[in-house]
Parts: sequence; C-alpha cells; structure tokens
Amino acid sequence: MRRIQVKVNGVTYEHEVEPRLLLVHYLREGLNLTGTMVGCNTSNCGACTVLMDGESVKSCTLFAVQADGHEITTVQGLAENGRWHPMQAAFHETHALQCGYCTPGMIMASISMLKENPEPNEDEIREALEGNYCRCTGYENIVKAVQLASQHMDQPTAAS
Amino acid sequence: MTQAPERYVGGGVPRKEDPALVTGRANWTDNIKLPGMLHIAFLRSPFAHAKITNLDVSAALEQPGVVAAFTGEDLASEWGEGAQEAEQGPGYTLSTGGGQSNDVEVSETEQPEDASSEETSQDDEAFSFCAWVVTEDMKNPTHWPVARGEVNYTGDAVAVVVATDRYKAQDALEYIEVDYEPMTPAVDVERAMEEGAPLVHEDLGTNECFTWTLATGDIDDAFDKADVVVRERYVQQRLIPNAIEPRATVAAREPGHGGFVVYTSTQIPHIAKSVLSTACGIPEQKVRVVAPDVGGGFGSKLNVYSEEAICLVLARRLGAPIKWVEDRSENYQTTTHGRGQVQHLEMAADSEGRILGLRVRLLADMGAHLQLLTPGIPVLGAFMFPGVYTFGAYDFECKGVFTNLTPTDAYRGAGRPEAAYAIERMMDALAREVGISPVEARRRNFYEPFDEPTDTPAGIQYDSMNMQATLDRVLELADYDSLREEQQRRRDANDPMQLGIGFSTWTEISGLAPSQVNAALGLGGAGWEAASVRILPSGKVEVVTGTSPHGQGHETSWSQIAADVIGVAPDEVEVLHGDTDVSPLGRDTYGSRSLAVGGIAVHLVCERVMDKAKKIAAHMMEASEEDIEFSGGKFSVAGSPDQSTTIQQVAGAAFMAGSLPEGMEPGLNENYVYDPPNFTFPFGAHICVTEVDTETGKVRIRDYFAVDDCGPVINPIIVDGQLHGGLAQGIAQALYEGARFDEDGTLTTSSMVDYMIPGAPELPNFTLDRTVTPSPSNPLGVKGVGEAGTIGAPQAVINSICDALAPMGVHNIDMPALPMRVWQTIQDAKGDADARGGVAQ
Repeated sequence: MRRIQVKVNGVTYEHEVEPRLLLVHYLREGLNLTGTMVGCNTSNCGACTVLMDGESVKSCTLFAVQADGHEITTVQGLAENGRWHPMQAAFHETHALQCGYCTPGMIMASISMLKENPEPNEDEIREALEGNYCRCTGYENIVKAVQLASQHMDQPTAAS
Repeated sequence: MTQAPERYVGGGVPRKEDPALVTGRANWTDNIKLPGMLHIAFLRSPFAHAKITNLDVSAALEQPGVVAAFTGEDLASEWGEGAQEAEQGPGYTLSTGGGQSNDVEVSETEQPEDASSEETSQDDEAFSFCAWVVTEDMKNPTHWPVARGEVNYTGDAVAVVVATDRYKAQDALEYIEVDYEPMTPAVDVERAMEEGAPLVHEDLGTNECFTWTLATGDIDDAFDKADVVVRERYVQQRLIPNAIEPRATVAAREPGHGGFVVYTSTQIPHIAKSVLSTACGIPEQKVRVVAPDVGGGFGSKLNVYSEEAICLVLARRLGAPIKWVEDRSENYQTTTHGRGQVQHLEMAADSEGRILGLRVRLLADMGAHLQLLTPGIPVLGAFMFPGVYTFGAYDFECKGVFTNLTPTDAYRGAGRPEAAYAIERMMDALAREVGISPVEARRRNFYEPFDEPTDTPAGIQYDSMNMQATLDRVLELADYDSLREEQQRRRDANDPMQLGIGFSTWTEISGLAPSQVNAALGLGGAGWEAASVRILPSGKVEVVTGTSPHGQGHETSWSQIAADVIGVAPDEVEVLHGDTDVSPLGRDTYGSRSLAVGGIAVHLVCERVMDKAKKIAAHMMEASEEDIEFSGGKFSVAGSPDQSTTIQQVAGAAFMAGSLPEGMEPGLNENYVYDPPNFTFPFGAHICVTEVDTETGKVRIRDYFAVDDCGPVINPIIVDGQLHGGLAQGIAQALYEGARFDEDGTLTTSSMVDYMIPGAPELPNFTLDRTVTPSPSNPLGVKGVGEAGTIGAPQAVINSICDALAPMGVHNIDMPALPMRVWQTIQDAKGDADARGGVAQ
C-alpha cells in the first residue's frame, strides 16, 4: 500500500492505495466520483478522460499513485457556483450527446483541446478528439459543441 | 400557471436527459454499491471448441478475498423450474427437455407447467435464452450459463469466482486449474455447411439450425420470361455493436418481500424479468428488474445474458448482493455480434430494367448457440429484400448455421440493413446490365406513391410511401447533375482521385410489432406497449412508459406528446421508465418501436385521461360535456367565453373528489395498452459522394446527402441526432468495421482500435432533409427512425466506391472497404498480376 495525496475537484484527499489501483477506480470507488466512467480499460475509448494539472489524461491507464501530488479535475468539478462550464452548456445546446456515456470524457478532452488551441477549425477538432469514441452521435454535433464553446470559454453560461 | 402554446410536438425542445449526463450525475449500473456486495469474475475459454477434461477451482478459493468459486456443474441445480428455493412453478416455459427443444416461449399467457413433470430433471433439461422459434424443427442447443463439459466459442464461461472486490476476483482466476482437449472449430458459415465439416454441437448431427422459406408469385415463370438475369454474391461481415457502456449487472435480495432486484444495463427490463424468472426458477412476481441509465445498446442489450442470470442465482445462493461489470475484451467475445450473412441473389428483369422476380438465398451465422432473438434476425430481414420496388415473384430461403463463434443477434437494423444492402447493390447491377442509370433503374421499379396499406412481394403491407418525392429531393440537394459533370471531368483527365456517386433508396420495417404477427412468426413475446398517466393534484403530470430508453430521449419526446394533449409545458411532465416496479407493463425498446408503439400509447392514454377531465370540467362549470372546449390548458364553454377552468383546477377537483359527477372514480389516472395494427415503414433516398484515391485505395466521403421520411417528427433535434448516429454506424460497416477470426476461432480484431470503430476524423458531416408522408398505422402518423441511417447507408457508400471505379471494371467490393481491399480490387480489375503477387497477405 502507498499513501497518496491528490487534489480532486478542489478537495485534497489522502488515502492508502494499492500501487496497482487504477486512477479511474480510485475516483469511482474510493471517492465516489462516478461521473468518470470506464468504457474499454485500454485507453482506446476515452470515456474515462479527466484533467491532470489541466491536461487531459485517460484515467483507466494511469495508476492512482501516479496522481500523487497532482491536481485532478473531473466532469463533476467543472460547474462553478452552480453554473455549468461553457463546454457542458454547448453539448446540451447542440445535442452533442445521446446516451451520454462518452460525454464526460468527451467534454474533458474538448476543454483540454481548447486550452491548447482556442480557435480550432473543424479538422483540428476532429483530429484532437480521435482518442474519444462516441457510438451515438456520429460526432457532427460534438464538433459543433466545441465550436460553440470556443466562443464562450470565458464565462459560465447556464444554470445547472 | 403555465399558459401552454398549442403544440410542442414538432419543436426542437432541448433534451431533459442532458443535465445529469453533462454534469456526471447519471446513474449507471456500475455506480451501484450495496452493503455487503460481492464481485464476480469469469474464467473464459481460450478455445473456440474444446472438451473440458479437468477443472478444479479449489486453489482459487484459497486466495485473499475470495468467497466462493463455481464451475458449471456446481451451478447445475440453479437453473429452470426445479431450481432451489423456487416457491412455485414459474409462469414461463423456456424450453422442454431432450433434443426436441423447440418449445421456447416467453408467452404472456403461458400457464405454469406441472411442477412434478419429469422434464424438470436438471441433467436432461435443455436450457436456452432463445425466445424466437422460427420453424417447428429449429435446433436450439442447450447452452449452460457456465459451461458443463464443453466450450463452444472463445469466451464461453468456464468458471466464476466471487470475491470482496473486482481486483481480487480477477486475481483468483489465475489459480483455477483447467485442462482442455481442443476440438476442430467451425469458423465460417459456408464451410460449416459442407459435408464433413466439424460440428459445433455433435449431438445435433448438423450445423444447420433451420431452413426458413417465403415464396410469392411464380418465380420460375419470372426467370423464364426474363430478358436479363443478374446474379450476385454479397457478404455481410460480422459487426460488434460497441455500446460505449459495457454490460453490468447487480443482483440482490429485495429486503421487503423476499424476492430479488436485478439492476442491469439493458434495453429490455420487462423481457428480462420474464426470462430471468424462468431461467432461474424464481416466481415472476418476485423479480424486479431495473434498467438504470444505460449507455447505449444498439441491439446488444436487447438480450438476456448468462451473466445476468448468474448474478441473480449467486445473490440467491450466497445471500449477498452480486455485481458483475464486463470489460471490453469480454464485450468483444461474449456480447452478441451483428450481421454475419452470405447472400446469393438472382434478379429477373425485362429489357427495360423492370424487375420480374427476385430469388434470395442466405446463410446466416448464428454463432455457437441461440441468444434471445438470434434465429429471427434474418427472418425479419426476409420481408425487406424487395425494398422499395414492386414486382411479381419473390423466393426467399435462409439457412441458419451454427459456428464456433460468438452468438449473433440484433445489431442496429437487425436483418433489415442486410436486406437493404443486397437489393440496393442489385439495383446498381441491374442498371449496369440493362444500360440505364442507377436513378432510372430505381424509378422504373418504384411503387406509385400511396398512403394506404399496399401489398408487397414479400406478402406484407407497407403503410405509406412516396419514393419519387424523396429521390427528387435528394437529387436536388446534392446538385446531382453537377456531380456527374465533375465525375466526367475527372474521368477524362485520368485523375488519380476519382469521384463516386452512390445511391440508396430504401425502406425498412419498424415499430415492432403487432402481437399477432409476432405470434405467427414464432416470436414468444407480445408487441404491444403500455403507458399510464397521472395528473397530480397540482396539475403536474407523471407519464409512465413501458419503453426503456438508452440515449433516444424518450423523456423529452414523451413529455412533448403528453404536454400537447394535456395542455401543460413539457417541463411539467415527468416521464418514468426502466423499473418493472415503477412501470410494471412494458415491452421495452428495440426495432425502432418506441415512438410508433410506445409514444402512441402515451398519446392515447393522455387522450383518455383528458376525456375524463372534460367530464369533470363540464360538471364544475355546470355545462354540457358537448359544449366544453379545451385549448392552451383551459376548458371553456362554447359561447360563454368568460366561463373557464384550467386543467390544474380540474386535477385538484378530481383528487379532492368533493364534487365529482355521480358515480365517477376519483383522480385523473389512466392506463393504455396499445397494440399496433401494422408496422411502420420509414423510407429514404441517400446519395454518398466519395473520393477514391486509385493509387492508395483510400476512400474519403466528401458529402453524404440523406433525405429521410419518418412521417411527422416529434422533435427534429432528436430525429436528426438519430439519423447522424445511424448513418455513422452504416458508414462504419461499409468502410471500417468487421469482426475477424483466425482459423482457430480466435477474435483477431479484439480491441476497439483493431476493430476500427470510427473516430471523429473518420466520419463526414451529413446534409439532411426530409419529406413527410404520414403513416396510416397510428394516430400521430409517425414512423420509427432509430435504425434508419444504419439501414440506408452501407449500400450508398459501396455503390459510390464502385461507381468511382466503374471505368476500371470494378463492380463489387466487399465490406469493409478498407484501403488495402480497395487497392487490391483495383489491381485485380487491371489484371495486374505483378501487383497481385506483390501483396503480402
């Protein structure tokens, strides 16, 4: 067992964990942050995407111990003062989700993308999301959501 | 109070489902934790076909955190009517004993069998989850939830370990001792039917599951008179559905009444309740099934699986909640696959390209055993091979074939994409043979537009259709003439990047199903749908539906339907579903049925409750019921504009019951069970524009134009979303996806990347439009749309590629049209022997 200290969605946690415990299972089982899900266990699908120190990572292929001393943001940490992050609002606005299982990961990957490239064109958006699979939408509305959010990244836009 | 406008139906109401989903507050099955919950993991066969010669779980039991471990033999007493703790015979008969195991029913009216019957002896009894008996002599092999003696496909469960957490359960699998005696597997449908082929189930003496036929008209005469005969062979590769949420189940005792609750990621909680009750020998009223938020299904969760039953019987046996969560490799090996057909078609036509007759011969890959609807999938497709064309003679035969591969079953479209693909590829072949354009070949064989049920060559009745308008619109949308000009320019210039224009004019059968048709086809389950409505004392509304959404947005659409009838806003309507205690009557979500059957039930039950509300309003205003008008949530008396009362006031009065019409029951609560008189038949015309790189074989979809007709639209945002996703999966079949196995029956496309699920860079934007031809089958005129894109798209893509390469003499490319295959086809067509020899296989 190893002791780790991780700040998740603004709260600092300390836990003894098995070295092999996956970060996604630490979040889900240890912290009950079930907004981050497992889709493939192999880093193919991106459903488990979270931000580590602001950059997107796939939490099914990181161990919890690798997050020691780092800051993690999950979809459940995006809203501020009860107001949605612009990316969450944009996904709703453009109907960029159906079953919604890929959505938390897709939102986190999209936020990370806009940080690197605040005004991406369509091809750049599609390339940047290649590590996140969606089986419901065909991606067109997800692209639209990212385009819409890119115009509103400075302010929360909707009540949650 | 809210002053409602007249109509929410037809408007792009934003989805009510989204807030929980975009904020991470959804309730997935894997989120569920119960006190004392144990976790299970499966040891699965690495062989496609083998005898288990030795199996010992005792060392696994010694591992930390392991509570129990079971082989198939250990669990033998858990299944069927004689199962332990069964208090009485279940209301369903899953199967009878011995080799004649055709009596597979999930009939709603079946009486309990005599519990003392000798057939309840466990060792002799057949066991199967299959509920669709397509022929009287269909072979339905026993498939135990955990193997007993023999494994029949890679991934077949061999043992199950129960532990205090999922890591420990997984660890302990390493300690199970097992020896196999490998047997030769049958891994290909055509070879499995050859003389001397290895038998998947030796006791059956054959790999043939069934032969199902359908014939209308004089097929021999059609071919005798034909000026032109077109013969083609097409392959429908196996597909893996790939819902992004893997399957997951938690089963536990219900503390209150001694029964059980099963939380499971399913499309079909109601059907699962019936089947699990029978399979596990638990009286039906003691089983509650809950479908929490479900992360996609696409047919793969239109099933009842061994793992669900195992969780349930272990919860019974161990007295603790049991959880199982599938991992992706298990999903690829054990969740049902789709498609898997070899199709031989022959079309007879006159010299003008008018079809005289169509002959279809299918081999349909069942996989190792029959899941819930496995044999029925190609049978459903049988009715759709004639497509949007009317002609005199049709002759269909399908053989179901067992292979040592993952069982097949429904995957988005389920039999109809296979049919639509075949007939639409044939239409291009016919056009080529006769020397007319693909557009003209289609026009010459379309039905004249109709809006009343019309007979088809397959002996069913389409509800309404106007292919001419739909095709005209897509030609206009695509600027077809300009495309042909561009194509000609590229051909003339010998451009290495050739342009392809591919058509698909298609229809499908949706809105499953009239119960009488189900019964006639041997499907052991009714096709009606139920809805209830409760107008609460405050005037707010609860709608209970038997449909079970997993991405389709029923909460939003059903709210729109109810809001229009009751005169409230959609936000004042709560739609309840997915729990057999909350929604006790239902037939669930599959086959593009939810709106055309379940949505109609919602509409009708709301009308029923408003009939009662109107009576109360008349009583309150001391007016005659005939004089009551209702608009915008308000009842008024004709000719007395000052006199009115709101639906909220009426709801309050109905609840308080202080002054109701004589003899009237209090409250505004109604139920409706709607059994549709016919299916609905959405249709469409698609044009896929591809750029094919003749030097590398790479195909890029430049544009995809789709004009669909699903009748009046409840919510255009949701309908367009369904079309996008459906088109994406259809394009995925055409260009990328395919489950491939090696000669040993091992899946070689065993991850999402190897299988090639398309990501965002691999798919185009879609240009959509619609025509609106109402269905006469239901009062809203609506048709299904959930599978439309998947059914319409693959043939448009392949026809487009073949069109691009037609000058080179390319007429067929099997799916998926990966660059290597396209390139090879080009080389073959060129007759370039050197290039062929240089390709590493």
